[in-house]
Amino acid sequence: MKSSFFFGFATITYFVAMMLYISYLAFRKSGIGMVATTITIVGFVSQSLALLLRWAEFAELGQMGWLRAVPLTNLYESLVFFVWCLIAVYLIIEFKYKNKSFGAFITPVAALALAFIDLSGMSKNIQPLVPALQSNWLLAHVMMSFIAYALFAVSFSTGLMYLIVRSEEKNEASYIFWTVTLGIFVATLAAMGLDFLTFKVAFMGKQELIKSYLFKASFRSESSAVVAFSYAATAGLTFVIWRFGGLLRKIITSFNISSEMLDDLTYKSIAIGFPIFTLGGLIFGAIWADQAWGKYWTWDPKETWSLITWFMYAFFLHSRLMRGWKGRKVAAVAVLGFIAVIFTYLGVNLLLSGLHSYGGQ
Amino acid sequence: MTEKKNKNIFDAIWDIFASVKTAVVIFALISLSSIVGTIIEQQADPEKNIKVLSKMFGLSHDAGHSVLGVLDKLGFTDMYHSWWFLMFLLLFAANLIICSLDRLPRVWKLVQEKIRPVPADYIEKMSVKSSVTLKGKPAGIKEKIVAAMTSIGFRPLESAEGQAVQFYAEHGNYTRLGVYIVHLSILIILAGAILGIFLGYNAFLNLPEGETSSVAYQDRGVEVPLGFELRCDNFEVEYYPNTETPKTYKSWLTVLKNGKEVMSKPIVVNDPLKFEGVTFYQSSFGLHPDGLGKGVVIVKASSKDGKAEQLNLKVGDKFSIPGTAVEGHVRDFSPALSFDENGKAFTFAEQMVNPAIFVDFSDKGVQKYSGWLLKRFPKTWDLPDGNRVEFLDLWGVQYTGMQVRKDPGVVIVYLGCIIMAVGLYMTFFMSHRRVWVSLAEEKNSVKVIIGASANRNRATLERRVEKLVTLLQAEQKGGK
Ligand code: HEM
Repeated sequence: MKSSFFFGFATITYFVAMMLYISYLAFRKSGIGMVATTITIVGFVSQSLALLLRWAEFAELGQMGWLRAVPLTNLYESLVFFVWCLIAVYLIIEFKYKNKSFGAFITPVAALALAFIDLSGMSKNIQPLVPALQSNWLLAHVMMSFIAYALFAVSFSTGLMYLIVRSEEKNEASYIFWTVTLGIFVATLAAMGLDFLTFKVAFMGKQELIKSYLFKASFRSESSAVVAFSYAATAGLTFVIWRFGGLLRKIITSFNISSEMLDDLTYKSIAIGFPIFTLGGLIFGAIWADQAWGKYWTWDPKETWSLITWFMYAFFLHSRLMRGWKGRKVAAVAVLGFIAVIFTYLGVNLLLSGLHSYGGQ
Repeated sequence: MTEKKNKNIFDAIWDIFASVKTAVVIFALISLSSIVGTIIEQQADPEKNIKVLSKMFGLSHDAGHSVLGVLDKLGFTDMYHSWWFLMFLLLFAANLIICSLDRLPRVWKLVQEKIRPVPADYIEKMSVKSSVTLKGKPAGIKEKIVAAMTSIGFRPLESAEGQAVQFYAEHGNYTRLGVYIVHLSILIILAGAILGIFLGYNAFLNLPEGETSSVAYQDRGVEVPLGFELRCDNFEVEYYPNTETPKTYKSWLTVLKNGKEVMSKPIVVNDPLKFEGVTFYQSSFGLHPDGLGKGVVIVKASSKDGKAEQLNLKVGDKFSIPGTAVEGHVRDFSPALSFDENGKAFTFAEQMVNPAIFVDFSDKGVQKYSGWLLKRFPKTWDLPDGNRVEFLDLWGVQYTGMQVRKDPGVVIVYLGCIIMAVGLYMTFFMSHRRVWVSLAEEKNSVKVIIGASANRNRATLERRVEKLVTLLQAEQKGGK
């Protein structure tokens, strides 16, 4: 397990980078920004090394060609790859826009995703591939999907920031939209964090984890008091965000982030992400299904949710063409689009499969 | 709103379908109804969905039952085949066709339109502009400008109105059609899907080793004639060492036409066999309903001193190890042998995960020893007396499970996908770029004014214009 050292190192560097970017936001010393960027690059290089090493380990274990052995076969590996793409996209944006302020929004996502992996104790083992997964199409499919997801993640944060910057009154629809979205988002993350903490205490087998335990410590608890409290806490949190949301706007606007730039970034990341997702996520996925199962489209929940995501982003691209739909409404569609992405990626596996019996991989 | 009165109904409908707003509404309709379709399991046993409803909304069994009844009436339990979902797709297609027809003539004109020289003050108003002053006379630097413009990818035309000379060029006007290519590709894919539904079929075939079939089976056992015969010569599963995780399933198939062998090919998951438009996909496998009944176990029995013989055995068969008086008697067969904590053997799965035979050995009629020989564990093949019985293979015991599909539409769907990829590339990664370079003569020098515009990806164009300026400046330095 040579790769795990570099993964661990990358996780730590992303955490350090996160703190540095946030202090850069707070103190605005260019020296701190330089160090933050350097640390992020070091973490990125380390993670790239780790990915390559794991690739080699996988090739050795599975006794397969290099092409087949790309480590993208389970939840753990795909999350790691997502983080890698996200950091890559972020570094490109930082370089192109010469603005380090986004670092404070992107590195926490990377650090949290990696910490989520560690906390969850999700299986990091290299598993040999079952026959259906031994396909080059599958590989291209997964890889491109995640590159697109990383771009969509960027459009989500810039879209949300756009809404934060552009909503002034507390009773405006756009203000309520972003506060509620952020409230639910943070509450969901917190609930998952709780799941993992209590799960560790309960000492359950790793396999059972995510699927059967999701939200068991909060929204789906056995005790109705805990359930009621969870909803109340979410409402409370949303209220706090709503009450003090103006503060967030002041912070963002004080960093040279203009709403035009946010709008431009949102559009650009979707304009690149959409064709990649269409080709990799939908078309290559369909080709793989066609070769493996003999049907290119079966309306199974995963496929259907990808289609819904695709329609969301088609909605985004077209909404810009409609009169009266510039700006905030369009940004809201970008935000909703990424929620569909999260559901496609996690919700289908974690929630729907718990609801249905097919579960499985 | 009032001036629309004199429009007729046809125009009104046309306008609705030509609108992007309608498109967005249809996206929402398809998406929202699909969400319901992913929660309610499709074409499933009602009990399953009642469970889903009770898990989600805490409904009692009876309430769940009646809610499901309503959903069933509305078509949500098989919604992708319901009339209203097909209706959404039809509306979607109509929207796409009419919207494109509505706009295409205008866009076509734009594409056909040739770039023309513009007055110098227009250039000042362009979104991308730059200027540079060069020494010399206009006549002297014309060539340099043509060369520089060519090297950034444009083929310039020249115009001279009065004194002012202007070069102008454009690139990629046809990329404006990218969006329409994407829209067309969606229609092509839909057409391919419909063709597949009407002219194709989905079926399955469980074919035991050694058997031949001229039909496949659809749901409820409806037979579909293949038009030829398919024989399964052999089937094998390979496992990752020391696990129950299968590594490959492989079937050796032979196609027979009028009794003649016309094609042979091994198939694995992800590598199907295609013959006359029918495709056979490896999808599952299983044990012949008769167990070892029709099949044989293939072993190689060898004696201490190396005499060996290959044998085909059934349960109940007796065989002797060549050159010795040792005789084996096959007593039992298990497709998936395991031992419980008391060391007692039992069969733990219906699949051929760990096949084994139980053999009694006797020497000159005297019972000597007995035990399980396991295909996946060569250690069990060595007998206490130094003889060896290798468990080589099984034959006629398993069937290979195949998806059988005929879909003449799939080619069209793939074609649509390729067209879509091309259209998306044109739309998002290319653009219609125009550049104008105007020369204004000054004392001893020429002011070169550059203006450019692009319908998207302006940043790329800006970089090119910058490069153009650097090229011109470099010429200047190099020249003098
Ligand atoms: C899911 C299906 C669809 C996809 C994937 C799709 C894709 C696209 C894309 C990628 C663009 C370019 C957007 C941009 O430049 O930012 C576009 C533009 C457009 N789409 Fe669609 N589209 C779809 C359905 C429709 C439908 C049903 C209509 C019918 C009204 C429509 C009308 C338009 C129009 C009018 C434009 C603008 C064209 C222009 O700028 O000249 N689209 N579409």
